[in-house]
Amino acid sequence: MFSKSTHDIAASFSRRGVLAATAGLVLGLASLTGAKAADDTIKVGVLHSLSGTMAISETTLKDTILFLIDEQNKKGGVLGKKLEAVVVDPASNWPLFAEKARELITKDKVSVVFGCWTSVSRKSVLPVFKELNNILFYPVQYEGEESERNVFYTGAAPNQQAIPAVDYLMKEEKVKRWVLAGTDYVYPRTTNKILEAYLKSKGVAQEDIMINYTPFGHSDWQTIVADIKKFGSAGKKTAVVSTINGDANVPFYKELGNQGIKAKDIPVVAFSVGEEELAGIDTKPLVGHLAAWNYFESIKTKDGSNEKFIKDWQAYTKNPKRVTNDPMEAHVIGFNMWVKAVEKVKSTDPDKVIDALPGIEAPNLTGGVSKMLPNHHITKPVFIGEIKANGQFDVVWKTPGLVAGDAWSKELEGSKDLIGDWVGKKCGNFNTKTNKCLGSGS
Amino acid sequence: MPAHLSARLCSLALSLFLIAFALPAFAGPFEDAVAKFANDDFSDTEEAIGVVAGSGNPLAFPIISALQDGRLMADPDSKKVYVTGADGKSIDAATGAAVASVPDNASAVRLNNRLRRSVDAALGGLTLQSPDVGTRLQAAQSVFKSHEETALEAVDAALAKETNRSVKTALGEARAAILLFKTDATEVEKLEAVATLKARGDQDALALLTGMGDQPASVTKAAASAIGSIQSSLAVWSMVQNAWYGLSLGSVLLLAAIGLAITFGVMGVINMAHGEMVMIGAYTTFVVQEVIRTRYPGLFDYSLLIAVPLAFLVAGAIGVLIERSIIRFLYGRPLETLLATWGLSLVLQQAVRTMFGPTNREVGNPSWMSGAFELGQITITYNRLWILVFTLAVFMILLAMLRYTALGLEMRAVTQNRRMAASMGIATSRVDALTFGLGSGIAGIAGVALSQIDNVSPNLGQSYIIDSFMVVVFGGVGNLWGTLVGAFTLGIANKFLEPVAGAVLGKIAILVLIILFIQKRPRGLFALKGRAVEA
Repeated sequence: MFSKSTHDIAASFSRRGVLAATAGLVLGLASLTGAKAADDTIKVGVLHSLSGTMAISETTLKDTILFLIDEQNKKGGVLGKKLEAVVVDPASNWPLFAEKARELITKDKVSVVFGCWTSVSRKSVLPVFKELNNILFYPVQYEGEESERNVFYTGAAPNQQAIPAVDYLMKEEKVKRWVLAGTDYVYPRTTNKILEAYLKSKGVAQEDIMINYTPFGHSDWQTIVADIKKFGSAGKKTAVVSTINGDANVPFYKELGNQGIKAKDIPVVAFSVGEEELAGIDTKPLVGHLAAWNYFESIKTKDGSNEKFIKDWQAYTKNPKRVTNDPMEAHVIGFNMWVKAVEKVKSTDPDKVIDALPGIEAPNLTGGVSKMLPNHHITKPVFIGEIKANGQFDVVWKTPGLVAGDAWSKELEGSKDLIGDWVGKKCGNFNTKTNKCLGSGS
Repeated sequence: MPAHLSARLCSLALSLFLIAFALPAFAGPFEDAVAKFANDDFSDTEEAIGVVAGSGNPLAFPIISALQDGRLMADPDSKKVYVTGADGKSIDAATGAAVASVPDNASAVRLNNRLRRSVDAALGGLTLQSPDVGTRLQAAQSVFKSHEETALEAVDAALAKETNRSVKTALGEARAAILLFKTDATEVEKLEAVATLKARGDQDALALLTGMGDQPASVTKAAASAIGSIQSSLAVWSMVQNAWYGLSLGSVLLLAAIGLAITFGVMGVINMAHGEMVMIGAYTTFVVQEVIRTRYPGLFDYSLLIAVPLAFLVAGAIGVLIERSIIRFLYGRPLETLLATWGLSLVLQQAVRTMFGPTNREVGNPSWMSGAFELGQITITYNRLWILVFTLAVFMILLAMLRYTALGLEMRAVTQNRRMAASMGIATSRVDALTFGLGSGIAGIAGVALSQIDNVSPNLGQSYIIDSFMVVVFGGVGNLWGTLVGAFTLGIANKFLEPVAGAVLGKIAILVLIILFIQKRPRGLFALKGRAVEA
């Protein structure tokens, strides 16, 4: 476009040509001043979809980072410099995630990126972060089986969400029969593989496990809900472990409610349903269904940290009804850890910050202190909440202490000997049996 | 020491011991149990439910039912427990004395699923002889579910007095369920129980029979044959169920596609923004419900009826606007139309996202669209049933409109032969705009219905656009009856494939079948003949 406008000028001094040239000049000036501004601010990349399917979940996370930056700047920024957010919209388009990540790092020269929601988007940006050596904070619960030098996983690994939830159902609800229902993509499939192995190790027979996958955005749940009902009538206590993703949950829960499956008969424990998702449903028929998270908005803290966060957040968004959720808390922890690490090494240089991060502690919003581990996962408490009629959760169980995130599942054959250790071994997939680092080939 | 003295000492010690033990229980086991509700500990609450329910105290029913409804308030500091009534009056749960107000730091006693089951079982036992038939029936059903031995006496007592037939059957079934699991029940009783459950013949009965554990040989044998007969009758019912689900899915497909059958089928416009018209209809419903919620809460059950004409007008008006400003310049250029309407769909989505936010909006179900009823052994949900009825009504009205009104006649004339119609004095461009508006308006109506079963989010339309095109192409472009038959065929085929192949593979299989079908019959099920085809 630019070459065309110069060509226009050369051809004739038409009004349009002059206009275009002026526009080009202004743009050039703008980018010059932008480059100048970069010296006295620290740039923070925000890589969350603001349009498309995932906008429903990711927009809130973008707002969260803007909110955190705003708060940090009020405290004087970091290293005496103000933080500046660079927001891009990868539009729920996985290849575009990689493109936008590259743009953030090379063009905007950000020091760190907070972003991604789906595993496929994270996998898509991984090579970019490795090649350009930058830092990604990933705030969503995921399937594990990964530990990368450039990525810090502040969401739950399967042993911080799925396994404790199943334990709870086994102990408290005496569940003997399991439906593992999920959306058909990598997170549910891996999680269900881990859960299946775990259940079998606890003596659950193959015929007592039903696994069901549905496409993204599935909306006609009649058959599956009827199947669940049928599976549940075999004389053993049955529960559904749901890895059904975002949008499809609303019709799923509506169908459950309409077909009269009550939580006291067949409870559903979900890993992707939080306060945000419930905001779109009439929750009265769902009372008693469960969710496992590391944070719930309804949690009361002794020091009032959660209450204060909610108040500040609602004031910042100017919406007294705005809810908070688990991935938001993950961003809060990750952001504070990054700030602490930067202040520790007095630099935003990715290499130095990556080395400084393991061992850094930051308070979570439920009254504890989370710690970044050598495998780039963090310690978190696990809560089981029951859905209440007002769309919030009532915590009915929690782990006694914080649970350390396992990058590699102990339940799966291929991964149980692996550990991630970026401090001692400098390796994301170190095999403790053979004492070898598998390296990036696997 | 004389023997009688030591005996006396002993009895003295015993009575002292008894007094010492009775002292903390001075208030009695019932009051103690009630105080346990204040501990906010699930096992304490469970214990308290058991004691209170078995106490025979007249306060037991109000306490347990208050617990179920979240009206049982406990003060963690004073360990006092209160029952608040629906009328705002409160009583002390331990004594039944009226209290002026519940202290501020009292909060509702919490329940989890295990406790909810205990509450149901306790309430079942307590309300078996309630004067209200519905309550008795419910009580009998919850006893059937919990089938705890302790309830047997109450069931027998209730059975002796019961006069209502359906409650009597339910009580008999509850009794059978209890006896089946009672270890010291006689073989005859157990055989009777198996027969009763066999007669009930549903999945719950099946669950009890399969999960009954060790039994005498004759009972096991009878149970096996009962299981066999229940399973074979359920297998038949599951076919009926699949057919119903198919009809229901078909009605949703038809509803989503029917507007497209006008814009694409009749007018030939490849309208990628069709789904967004559906979405706009759904958002209209949301706005209507918001207004009703804040201003006229009494009208909530009519919200959908109010939303239908509004959604038609809003989506229809936007449709006319789109036709006048974009589509009319692109007639006869399918590729450009496709791209323009695709872009338009993105614009509309983002506009809605900016206006209403990216998250789902809650559209409530009116009471007449919630819940389900049992027809034999299948569950029919009201929302699906009403959508089926509604879809057929919309279809009929549309058909009648095209057939019997002047506008319908003009529409058919223009689509069949535009130049001839123009020379007969029909304002073709006006008819184009109105036809497009009609298709869009019907999509808007579809949005009202779909808001009841799906997410109301900016992406709502996207999930229906592919299915809609599939239905219209499969049914035969330009033929409304084709769309009807196409939608129901696809719905039923999908639902019969799904239990076998799973939801993902089922969908793929349907797509492959349609592709193969289109190879054989490019014009779909009901091909239009005549000039329109060449146009």
